[in-house]
Amino acid sequence: MSSLINATPVTTENLLHQVALLKQQGCRLITLTCLDTGDGHEVIYHFAQKYEMIHLRKHVANGGTLISISTIFFCAMIVENEIKDHFGIEVHGLPIDFQGRLVLSENAPRAPMNKRCGMEIDARVPEPASTVVIAPASPPAKEAVPQTPAKGGVA
Amino acid sequence: MSQKSTIPFGPQHPVFPEPIQLRLVLEDEKVVEALPAIGYCHRGLEKLAEKKDFLQDVYLIERICGICSFMHSMNYCQGIEELLGLPVPDRARFLRVIWAEVHRMHSHLLFLGLLADSFGYENLFMQCMRCREDILEVMELTAGNRILLTTCCIGGVRKDIPADQMDQILLALDRVGEQLVDLRNAFSNDYTVKKRLIGVGCLTAAQAHESGAVGPVAKACGVALDLRETGYAAYKELGFKTITETAGDSYARMMVRLRELDQCMELVRKAIQLLPAGPISTPFKGNPTGEVAARIEQPRGELLFFIKGNGTKNLERFRARTPTFANLAPLLQMLPGCQLADVPIIVISIDPCISCTER
Repeated sequence: MSSLINATPVTTENLLHQVALLKQQGCRLITLTCLDTGDGHEVIYHFAQKYEMIHLRKHVANGGTLISISTIFFCAMIVENEIKDHFGIEVHGLPIDFQGRLVLSENAPRAPMNKRCGMEIDARVPEPASTVVIAPASPPAKEAVPQTPAKGGVA
Repeated sequence: MSQKSTIPFGPQHPVFPEPIQLRLVLEDEKVVEALPAIGYCHRGLEKLAEKKDFLQDVYLIERICGICSFMHSMNYCQGIEELLGLPVPDRARFLRVIWAEVHRMHSHLLFLGLLADSFGYENLFMQCMRCREDILEVMELTAGNRILLTTCCIGGVRKDIPADQMDQILLALDRVGEQLVDLRNAFSNDYTVKKRLIGVGCLTAAQAHESGAVGPVAKACGVALDLRETGYAAYKELGFKTITETAGDSYARMMVRLRELDQCMELVRKAIQLLPAGPISTPFKGNPTGEVAARIEQPRGELLFFIKGNGTKNLERFRARTPTFANLAPLLQMLPGCQLADVPIIVISIDPCISCTER
């Protein structure tokens, strides 16, 4: 079953109201999709009433934040954390914040799903405090020869 | 006075076929809170799908899951066909249903085996695996591979199933049907099975709807939600009807899958009977443009792909929401209140596929 997307644009001010309205109408949340548009991000909220899909589209400017809808649909919390991991968007109001570590490992690239993403490593893992200096290789020390007392030594 | 303690459950656990961690807060042996920690097999396939061209993506996306692989490629192809406005020949639609339902059967049999294994019923596990072997042989016979069939392509299917192989599929279904009689008897009536599953990991219909449960997890609560009812591929011609249970516990989730096995066999038989003659694929030119939400019913529930094409050979965005991802939130609602010993059974009862979930 495939359907072309015809999404209703929403703003930060009316997002929660629209989502609450959909919940009242008996819709369930399927998921959220985030897209990097270059000048920011677009977040598409996919809902379904039985089998009919309804989509909301929210633009998030570069450096902007997203408001969590998990106060209305708790299950949104997991996918909102995933968006934070993948796109580096800050999400306000998350009941459980995985700090960008839901699916990404500690040395993963920062916001890897962004188009402009290079291989910048997320350096939130602190380096060990002490730096170990590797000394240049030196020839192996000669084995210490046990000293034998000279003949006719101490009696 | 009981004391709270937090334990990590997984990522390596004898019951889990794939790595996932649950941080469980316990009061004595009772779970009071659970928090998932995933990311142990995140592969970045969504990003890779943007790097490959949309024809290569059929193979890539099929590899999202090592259990229901055909469903992924089928959903992706349906999405691209919608963007291209490409009609699929009738024979290809029926062939897709045959392979999809055979895949569902092997997935459900794997689930039943793993569930039996989770409460130590090793013999039942082996019986399920033996039964599943007949299904895997059907896939090997018709596609050359046992799991990654790679038979689905944009515009139809890549390979036809000749008449003599259809006869062999029917014979294999008869053999599976005979084995299912014993399996059904064991799963439905055995004291051990009932004792370990009934009343364990309960979820109400309201909770299932609220938390976005899909597939057998939702159907076990009485929520009749199955995308095959929408009639994609050839399901409209085959007269599909959703199977539901009402108890909402682990036993009900198992029963939904057990009953779906019979339904799968019926659908395959009917598809073979009604299989029309004709071409198996439609040639096409051009690249996809626009946004589409493609959905099908996987063995574990609703699978959604968001596909955005920009008129080039590379997709602008590919996004997958797999059913296990949707069933994580319901799992967090099932666990509080249960005993620690029941946690593996409850987790297995949602039939988790972690590779799918993390992509």
